[in-house]
Parts: sequence; structure tokens; C-alpha cells
Amino acid sequence: MRAWLLLSALLLAGCNGPANSPYPAGQAGQNILYSAFSERPKHLDPARSYSENEVVFTGQIYEPPLQYHYLKRPYELEPLTATGMPRVSYHAADGRVLPASAPAAAVAYSVYEVRIKPGIRYQPHPAFAKRPDGSPRYVPIDPQELAGIVRFADFKETGSRELVAADYVYQIKRLANPRLSSPIFGLMAEYIVGLKEYGATLAQAVKDLPREAYLDLERYPLAGAEVVDRYTYRVKIKGKYPQFVYWLAMPFFAPVPFEAERFYSQPGMMERNFSLDWQPVGTGPFYLAENDPNRVMRLQRNPHYHDDFYPAEGEPGDRAAGLLADAGKRLPLLDQAIYRLEKEDIPYWTKFLQGYYDSSGISSDTFDQAIRIGPDGQPDLSPEMRERGIELSTAVRSSIWYVGFNMRDPTLGGLGEPARKLRQAISIALDYEEFISIFLNGRGIPAQGPLPPGIYGHRTGEAGINPVVYRWHNGRMVRRGIDEAKRLLAEAGYPNGRERGSGRPLTLYLDTMASGPEAKARLDWYRKQFEKLGVQLVVRATDYNRFQDKMLKGNAQIFEWGWNADYPDPENFLFLLYGPNRKMELNGENAANYANPEFDRLFVQMKDMANGPARQALIDRMVEIVRHDAPWVFAYYPKSFGLRHAWVKNGKPNLMANNTLKYRRVEPERRLAYQAQWNRAVWWPLLLLFLLLALAALPALRAYRRRQQAAAKA
Amino acid sequence: MMPGMLAYIVRRVFYAIPILIGVNLITFALFFVVNTPDDMARIHLGAKHVTAEAIERWKVEHGYDKPLFFNPEAAGLAKLGDTLFVDKSLKLFVFDFGQADDGRDIGREITTRMWPSLAIALPTFLVGLLAYISFALTMVFFRATYLDFAGVVLCVVLMSISGLFYIIGGQYLLGKLWHLVPVSGFEPGLAGLKFLLLPVLVGVISGLGDSSRFYRTLFLEEIHKDYVRTARAKGLSERIVLFRHVLGNAMIPILTGAVVVIPRLFLGSLIVESFFGIPGLGSYTIDAIQAQDFAIVRAMVFLGSVLYILGLLLTDLSYTLVDPRVRLE
Repeated sequence: MRAWLLLSALLLAGCNGPANSPYPAGQAGQNILYSAFSERPKHLDPARSYSENEVVFTGQIYEPPLQYHYLKRPYELEPLTATGMPRVSYHAADGRVLPASAPAAAVAYSVYEVRIKPGIRYQPHPAFAKRPDGSPRYVPIDPQELAGIVRFADFKETGSRELVAADYVYQIKRLANPRLSSPIFGLMAEYIVGLKEYGATLAQAVKDLPREAYLDLERYPLAGAEVVDRYTYRVKIKGKYPQFVYWLAMPFFAPVPFEAERFYSQPGMMERNFSLDWQPVGTGPFYLAENDPNRVMRLQRNPHYHDDFYPAEGEPGDRAAGLLADAGKRLPLLDQAIYRLEKEDIPYWTKFLQGYYDSSGISSDTFDQAIRIGPDGQPDLSPEMRERGIELSTAVRSSIWYVGFNMRDPTLGGLGEPARKLRQAISIALDYEEFISIFLNGRGIPAQGPLPPGIYGHRTGEAGINPVVYRWHNGRMVRRGIDEAKRLLAEAGYPNGRERGSGRPLTLYLDTMASGPEAKARLDWYRKQFEKLGVQLVVRATDYNRFQDKMLKGNAQIFEWGWNADYPDPENFLFLLYGPNRKMELNGENAANYANPEFDRLFVQMKDMANGPARQALIDRMVEIVRHDAPWVFAYYPKSFGLRHAWVKNGKPNLMANNTLKYRRVEPERRLAYQAQWNRAVWWPLLLLFLLLALAALPALRAYRRRQQAAAKA
Repeated sequence: MMPGMLAYIVRRVFYAIPILIGVNLITFALFFVVNTPDDMARIHLGAKHVTAEAIERWKVEHGYDKPLFFNPEAAGLAKLGDTLFVDKSLKLFVFDFGQADDGRDIGREITTRMWPSLAIALPTFLVGLLAYISFALTMVFFRATYLDFAGVVLCVVLMSISGLFYIIGGQYLLGKLWHLVPVSGFEPGLAGLKFLLLPVLVGVISGLGDSSRFYRTLFLEEIHKDYVRTARAKGLSERIVLFRHVLGNAMIPILTGAVVVIPRLFLGSLIVESFFGIPGLGSYTIDAIQAQDFAIVRAMVFLGSVLYILGLLLTDLSYTLVDPRVRLE
């Protein structure tokens, strides 16, 4: 009984709310958003961070000059810290200013001039703390003082300062810092004037420095980025690269104060995991107040956040959906956002249903519980979810999955007629409607070309279908029959899947990184699709590294691949098929090693054009070429499904913006009421268990007594 | 401490050095047979826009640009010394683990993460040991009765169920259905007690079957020995005979199995920590292997070996405590 009381006391200790609440009692009713992360972020330094799970944090902390409008579609850029959109000027090799309509070939370089708003201030941070004489408080830091500092919060003094243009230029320089291995350095070195050479200069400079010593970038000017005045800076781009503005909306181009880097470069900092990678310093709506990537990451409202207001206009239907209810309100709308590490889906889902997480994705394990597919094939919430007031939002992602053919392969590759027909036949045979239904629970739409919906150039309806694989019938698209695929296969020289003449069966090879039971079902599906044509498919499963190696050397034949948009421009998808960008030998992103001279010529023309009918015409032709050549089987555009509780507001999916947390609002009182209702403790099973144990112990006790007495008698 | 025992410990510590070098060599060789430094760079640089120069720069920056075991370009002894193996291995022996490839300090990470692991593993171990021994002794006490039979059946049933089932079942019943404890999570200090109850309970129950069966066998073997008959002949109660005499004499095999795991309790459990959201060391090595972070893999394998050797040493030492006849010299 004593143990029972102790157990109860422990369970009730410190919790006024439900016994199963994972949160401290003090947090109840606060304006906090609760979420989770399944994998700890690797990098939070804006020069290094590129993964989706990292940008969840960096997007809220760092502010590049531009951002995507939260509500408008198609996606639209707007100023964030900038006073307006960048002023772009085009120049000839002799520096002469050219008109905006100048052809790309005539433009030697472009200049992007960005003016930022005055008065923006950084989050509180010890790097800005000052002594009374104005010198930095913690630089140089007394080793004895540092010895007493374990957590970042142990730095008691903090400061702030105004954001200046030099901070943006400093970050552009950081992209070339060899110590940071920025993932976009290679790409940007192609565009930003002098960045490549700058990288070499810095590589030389770090050689002469101890590993953690401060590399003062101020001492090394960069030709392609200059400070014009306190609030204005210019970036010089080689030739014409209109897509550069999209990069200006990513954390790679957010400001970093040199004080922070100098602060973190001191001896003893790295050993404590104090670095820009783990303790970011930004001007954004939130700052990282707690960073324990093994347990919890807590974003706190930045007390110095500048004027920023909820948008007053959006798409038609946004007002009716309540998305404009907060129009004009000062951002951010939350005080904190707490992210806890949840590696497994089951506990995450359970806690979401208990109201302890505000939103959730849908894993394949929980899909049936959460979603019902209606008679029209459209997904809808299950009655259980509806009862809880949970809301569903869906969005087609700006991504594509495809099955690629190695165009250098002797059997499948090349632009010759037989190989093309073979690829077209396979494109018809791979039934992605079935794939989406079986493996994605309907969360995807069959792809018709390289451009997903939401990207300029994507067409819908009859004009949007891939005529090689589909035909338009009674107002809807219908996949061509397997007979047509077989006919194409025969025309390719493989009637019934056997080589004409020799009669040898055609065997093709799928190279994949997939392994394990889940992958097996998918790979079996592939085999089955090829069998429809009488073609044998051999799956060559391999690990990530060997797979990458095969792709680089051009040894793969058929492979699965995907691409997520960096920015909503067709160039970011069509460059995946641009010849000089091939994977083989050049390590580009054209994994199929596709090269069609006409496509390549049109790509060069299209990439620098502004959106408009002329660009659309070029895109249409390019899409037509790749549909005909079929270097990819256009598989599907994935759809993301998200669930959120009724107390979470302003949850419109925006797949381009990464700073959306500031628009989110929660109703803490409502959440509290639901949590109490859904989590009433049930004690009787425990009582019953103890009773049963006691009953089971009784005969044992009697037997023990009997034995003791028997022993005494004996 | 007796001088003989001290000499024994010193000798064992020296024995450990070649073992650790061997373990390190094997880890190193195995890791780099599967991965090249280029592979590691590619994983760390991500899937997009990775160029050959970026890979080269990453390798230089992380010290993976040297040959693995033999440097033909170096002079004299440096041919062996100026290599990746020596460069990355020597510091381990002074427990300087350096930085992971993602920049975090491995030593700090281990010292931070071992406490949550210990918070689960130590109570599970202690409560478990107590429960298993008590249950086994109870079965032995009621040996050859229906209670013993029922106990053995229960053990076999418990043994036959996957550990994952206990975790999911426990979370379902206590967390989801009855709302008594949080499904997962962790807080340091007293506030974290409510998070520990379920994983400890699950840990104890999942080990109950096989451990109790094992201990029952040990005790049954002891119970037919002469000293037990003598104890009974002296008129001692069965309870005293079992809990004092039999338990005391069965300590050597119990310690063999139990003490060796004590140092490794720090390392935690992969599945339990993963499902209960415990920020421990359980998944540190697996995550590192998946991320191809050689610095962590090497450090953790080295640490695991050291702790295992320490466990064996402690086991030997513990024999002297429970059996005065054992002398370590």
C-alpha cells in the first residue's frame, strides 16, 4: 500500500493538469506552440544549413532581405528586411549600363542593390554585450570565467545592435570560408563575381591560422559584394541570372554579425558546443533560447523584433477560411515554440491525439486512422478526427519523383528511335496511379512532365497531359493501354520482350538504394510492371555511397530520383535535364545524363527570361521535347498532408516560405480545455491489478504457512 | 587494498592497451572498407549542388585528406605516423574524442547524454535484479508445486514476447488508454520522475522472463548441495536457507552476469530511448553510423571496449568480495 501511495505521489508530483501531460505545470495556458523534430538538425549556421529539418529553425531566426508572401499564390517575393525589391542593373563588359531587355549574351554582369530598413536590431546575445568602456564584454573571455560556464544561458550579460548592410556582405563572404563547407559555395562561385577566387584566398589564409582561430573576413575584400552605405549593399553577378532574387529569400543570404563569429572563435567555445552552428544570432521574430538537440529546442519571441504585420490580402477564399482574421496584427503571434525530439511515429501520434502536439503529419501507420478516401477519390478526415475538431490541409509539393534512364546506356540510352520507343513503352507500363494508391495512400498526383504544379510553366487540363503516356478522353486523362506499350516495344526491336533476331529476353537493371521489407514491396511492384511488357527487371540494391558512385561513373541503367525546388522557377527543374549539367563525369544534377541539343539551346534562352507568353512558349516546347525523348518516367508530384488541432490558427501550407512560424497563432485556453477532456486519468485498472496480485498471493501465503508448519512438525 | 590485488589491477590495465589498439584498428579498417572519405564528405554535404571541389575541401577541413595507414610521401617514421589512423587514434587513449563531423564536441556529448541513459538504466537494473532474484527464489521456494509451474509458464510467455511489444503495449495502456503517465519524454531532475516510471517498468517486465528463469536454474542447482541440507538440519527455516545461504552461494554466477554490465549502463538502450524520447547515448552510435560520422563511431566503440574491460575487471574484483577463497594475484 505504501508503494502504491508513493507511486501515486510521484505521478502527481508537480502536475496540476492531466497526469500524462509531458509539460511542466507552469506552461499550461501559455501562448506556446508545441511541435517535434524526429532528427536533430546538423547545422544551424545559415552558411551551411540546407536541410528541411534545419530550416524549420533557421527560417525563424535569420532574416534574408526578401521573403515569400505568406498567403498569395502563385508564390510571390516581397521585401522582408529590405525597403523594397532589389534594384537590378545590367552592365556590358566595359561597365556600360544596359537596358533590362538586353539579351543575356550582351550582359557581362548584373548588379543587385539592396537597401535595408534602418532600426532593425539583433536578438539579445552575449557577443554584443559591452563593458562600460565600450569594449566587448566577453572578448577576450577570461578562461576562469569560461570554466564556470556550462550552458549558453550562463552568459549573464547580453546586448544587441542595429542590423547594417555590412552584415549581409559578411555572410556572402562566409559562403566561401573553407571551414564552413557551404553547400552552395560551388553554385554561387559560378555566379557571384570573385567568389571562387575569394574561396582560394581564404583557403590559403586558414592554412596559416590555428584551427579555431578567428578568421577576420574584413581583411579580405570580395569583388562581388560591397557595402555602399550603412544600409545599402550591392552584389555583382556574372552575366544575367534572374533567379538570384530567389536566393535572396533563403537563410544563405541572411545577415551574420562579425561579433558573433569573433565571440565563438575563442578557445574553449567549441568544446562547449558554442558556435554559430548551435547558437545562432539573428534579427528574426524568434531566437533559439534553448538548444538541446537531443531533447528539446525552444524558440522564444525576439524582444527586439522589428515592425512586421500579418498580411491583409491573400488568395480568394483565404478570408472565408479565416486566414485574414489576424490581418494587420503585429508579428509574431506566438511567445514561444517548443520542439521536442520524437524519433518514433507512434508516441508522436499518440501525443498529438492527446492534444500535446499542436500539429502532425500523417505516417503510413496512422493514415487509415486519420483519413477516409471519399467516393470521389478525394481524401477527407475520418469521423474520429472530426470529432476532435482536427483540421486537414493538403498541398501538392513543389517536388517531383521520377524514374530516370541513363542516357549513356547502350540499351536504353541515346536519342535514337528504338531506344526512345523502349523508354516510351516503359513510361506507359509503369502505372503510377496504382503506385500512388498502394504506396502513398493517394498522397501524390501522376506527373505529366518535369514541372510540378505551382511552378511557372506548368499546364493543367488537356494541354497539360503527357501525350506519350496519356490520352484525353471524356474530359479526363486516361493512361494509354499496355497494348500500345507493347507495340512501341516491338517497334523498338523487342517484340514480347525478346530481342528481334536473337530471341534473347530483354533484361533491364534497376539500381536503387532502397532495402528492407518496405522497399521489397515497392521493388516487387516495379518487377511486375516490367513483366507486363515481358521484360525482366533485375533489381540491384546498393547502399547510398555505392549508388552515388555508380551514378557518377554512369554505370546505373534505371534509377529512382527526386528533386525539391530551391525556388519556384521552371529553371530550377528544367536544369535537371540540361546537357552540360550531366551527372556523369561532371557531377551535375542531370542524373539521366540527358543531352538534347534543341532542349539545351532553348534552356539557355529560357532561363534568363522574365515570365510571360514568350517564356511559356519556350517551356512548352522544352516539355514537349522531354516527353517525347522520355529520359525520365515522370512518376509523381508528392502531396503533403498535415493535421492540426482546432486551436491552431493561420495554418496555410506555404511550401516555399520557411519563416511561417511568425504567422501561427494558438488559443491556449481552448487547448487546455481539450487536453483536460481527453486525458482524464483512469485509475481503476491499477487498483484491479493490485487486487489480482493480492488474490494470487493468498494461496502462496497459505502454502508457505502450511510448509513452515509442516517443517516445524517434522 | 592488498598489494597483490593492486598488482593484479595494474597488470590488467596494461593488458587492456593492446586490446584497445586492436579494437581501434579493426573499427578503423572495417569503417573505411565500407566508406571512403569521399563518401563521408558526400553524406555530410547533402544531396544538392555537391561538387568535386566541395568534397576535397571538406576532406581537408576534417583531416580526411591523409592516407589511411601508410603515407609514402612522408619521410622516415612519419610514413606510418602521418596517417589518418595514427592521427585519429592516439588522442582516444587520453579520452580526447575531438569533434564530430557536424562540429559538436564528442566528449561533451557523451557526458551530457550518459545521464539520461543512466537515469533509465540504473533503476531498471537495480529494480530488475531485485525483482528477478526475488521471483526466482519464490519459484524455488514453491518448487515442484503449481505455483512454480505457473511461474515458469509466465516466464516462458514473457520471454516469447518481443521487447518492442512491451514498449508499445505499455505506452498504449498506461499512456494512451489510462492517461497515467506521459507516453514519452524526458526532463532532468525531479520533474522527470513521471517520465521514468513507464520505461523502467517496461524494462523490468521485459527482462523478467529470461532472467528469472536463469536465476531459478542457478538456485535449483544450489539447493541440492550439502550445505543446504546441513542448514535445514540445523532447523533453519526455508526462508533463511534460501535468502541467506543459497543466495549467498549463488552470488558468483549472478555477479558474472550482472557486474559486467554495470559500466555499460551509461551507454543506454537504443530502442527504449528511441521510443520514450530519452536523450541518452542509446542511439548515438547507430545515428553516427547512419550519418557516417567516423569520429563518433570510433569514440563510441573505444568507449564501449574500455567499459567492457572495466566490467570484466570489476567482476573479477567482486568475486573476492563474495567468496573469500578467491585471491587475485
